[in-house]
Amino acid sequence: MSRERRRLLAFVPSAVLLGGLLVWGLWDIPDFGTAHHEYARWLTGHVTAQRHVSNVVSGVVFDYRGWDTAGEEVIVFAAVTGTALLLRTTRDPDVEPTRDVETSDLTRRAGDVAVPLVVLVALWTASFGYVTPGGGFQGGVIAATAALLTWLTGSYRRHRALTPVPLVDGAEGGGVLGYLLIGCIGLLAGSAYLANVLPHGSPGALPAGGTIALLNWATGVAIAAAMVLIFHEFLEEHLLALTEREEGR
Amino acid sequence: MTTALQAASYVVVAVLGVAVVVCRDPLRQTMVLGIFGLTLTLLFVALGAPDVAISEVVVSTVAFPVVLLATISGTRHGGREQEEDR
Amino acid sequence: MTVLPFLVAALLFLAGLYGVVTSRSYIHLAVCLAVTQSATYVALLSVGYVRNGQPPVTKGSTPGKPFVDPVVQAMTLTDVVVSVAVLALVLSLAMLAHRTHGTVDPEQMRETRG
Repeated sequence: MSRERRRLLAFVPSAVLLGGLLVWGLWDIPDFGTAHHEYARWLTGHVTAQRHVSNVVSGVVFDYRGWDTAGEEVIVFAAVTGTALLLRTTRDPDVEPTRDVETSDLTRRAGDVAVPLVVLVALWTASFGYVTPGGGFQGGVIAATAALLTWLTGSYRRHRALTPVPLVDGAEGGGVLGYLLIGCIGLLAGSAYLANVLPHGSPGALPAGGTIALLNWATGVAIAAAMVLIFHEFLEEHLLALTEREEGR
Repeated sequence: MTTALQAASYVVVAVLGVAVVVCRDPLRQTMVLGIFGLTLTLLFVALGAPDVAISEVVVSTVAFPVVLLATISGTRHGGREQEEDR
Repeated sequence: MTVLPFLVAALLFLAGLYGVVTSRSYIHLAVCLAVTQSATYVALLSVGYVRNGQPPVTKGSTPGKPFVDPVVQAMTLTDVVVSVAVLALVLSLAMLAHRTHGTVDPEQMRETRG
């Protein structure tokens, strides 16, 4: 108990100091709701005219701030690789999960209807990401939700069969690599890395935005595969624990 | 000047954020975290950020609970005994 | 009333830190880290809000109304999705600690030093 008390005693004054610094720093920020956003005003006035995309946020994510998103993709790649390394290599290779969640017939039929619907929602969110709110990031996570539903409403065997490991690993690395390589199109055209040099199409339609559309899809594939990989590893741990508990080891 | 909806969302987010920290049982904390994510989504919609709201609702309703529940299940009873010397 | 957003962000940040400091389980610690991270989301989006602003989508927008800042939204939405992967990494560390030492309590792992 005294160790925890000592930790609290050290924390409270530093928290008060940090809180004071935070309040002092945030006091001079322009008021909440101020109209003084020069960069934002320029962006919302010019993005649709320059890149022919109507979702300004997607334009910022994949074009005006595309380099930051490349960094985020590498973060996801590193975190997922770390998770896979930690959980796959320290698992006992001779033990297989033999217990699974039991599902009724009704659940399975509901899953047969629900999974394609969720896949459709994921494809729609990802493909119209630069026209209406949405994008590759959101669509990728929704696609991973569809893959998770095949386990929840079916069996683990069906879930693993629908998402084979080489495909998921390849899609994850391929998506990140695809993002970084699409940036080189700008270099090949004689402009900067990640410059938007492809034809821009017409605003409000699907073929629009040039490299924004390509980067959007690369991101969607990479994020979907990353989430499915994470779910794989964690579900395997859960089912191994179930097996161990029920077989009384 | 914040509107009533925004002020209410901020207050609810603050209350639930403290509630998540105060919950000590990981299982109960997972459920409260899910509700915290939903209130964050409401706040993001009230602030005019639909893209962020879509990400937050999918992540906090699906991804976080799955990962947390699988970890809670995998760390429930004592570890595996060390049978051989590793 | 105009300092409420930033006060909420500061409160969430400090609450998450308090949870990390007084945590008895690595899983609880990971969730408190997520709360701290959400404080930054609240702060970013509060900075970007414009009074009477509409979402920064030009399709179907009403002309004349100002738009909310899209740059902070771009940063926040990528961050939300990436935080799942980072949380997964932290939780896999917790699972590994449990596998080796049989516990997820940071206090009980002190004896493993050296």
